[in-house]
Amino acid sequence: MKYFEDIRVGDRYALGSHIFTAGDIKSFASRFDPQPFHVDETAAERSHFGGLIASGWHTATIWMRLMVAYRRREMEAARARGEPVAEIGPALGFRDLKWPKPVYVGDTVDYASEVVETRRSASRPDLGLLSILSTGVNQDGDTVISFVSTTFVERRPQK
Amino acid sequence: MPKHYWEDFKPGDVAVYGPRLVTREEIVAFAAEFDPQPMHLDEAAASATLLGGLAASGWHVSSLVMRMMADGFILDSSSMGGPGVEEMRWVAPLRPGTRIRLRATVMESRPSKSRPEMGLTKLRYEMLDDADTLIATMVATAMFGRRGMAAS
Repeated sequence: MKYFEDIRVGDRYALGSHIFTAGDIKSFASRFDPQPFHVDETAAERSHFGGLIASGWHTATIWMRLMVAYRRREMEAARARGEPVAEIGPALGFRDLKWPKPVYVGDTVDYASEVVETRRSASRPDLGLLSILSTGVNQDGDTVISFVSTTFVERRPQK
Repeated sequence: MPKHYWEDFKPGDVAVYGPRLVTREEIVAFAAEFDPQPMHLDEAAASATLLGGLAASGWHVSSLVMRMMADGFILDSSSMGGPGVEEMRWVAPLRPGTRIRLRATVMESRPSKSRPEMGLTKLRYEMLDDADTLIATMVATAMFGRRGMAAS
């Protein structure tokens, strides 16, 4: 990742996409969100969703996985150029998490994040706070998830 | 018939769910699958980070809140899912071997304007350890079917 000072509001990260399979959906939901419409096709068809849908927490954790992979690619590219790499994390939390549409079996969700706020940490002068708006959009162009999360990011070491 | 309908959640109601033991194995397994950052995978690497030692991914904490809600009341309710989460804060690291509880407080209750068979309930959740240390907080609105109404 870039240092805090080099991050600008409006910077955008294209994270890539994920196809949600039935196995995938049931594997996550059986562990963390075993509501019938997440784990049982027949029950899901009878529910108001009309078919098996992913847990909203599953849709969120896939964002995290793609973000970690994105950061790793950026880090490796920076190292290859001989540039220093800023530490990022941990996150403090998130707000305004919305699941406006369900994610059904076979949906492809494309994720992106955009910087919406940067500010210095009051408690840690060596760190900044980065807030990003993250979204997942399905193959029909419908947003299926959005949220704003805040994380620590390292400031450029003072000379 | 489910035990809990929208009408059963009254503002001010408090319930505590759990306890649930969080193991090192599940912290590392979740991180390996969804959040493979060193602070969630490896003690030595984690001790060099702000977390000061191995701790669960924040999304694992959130997923555990969901599971404790599910086991606590959702699975025996007329749940119709949730439109989102107002706020979640990961207040303190969730360490391996911690026994967690979930305290849920009903904040608001209102019928749906567009769907007469449904009501909305806003709850605040607090994840606590055995010493009552606050690990995470969450405020979320859930949709429930109303008593005597067919949820279809």
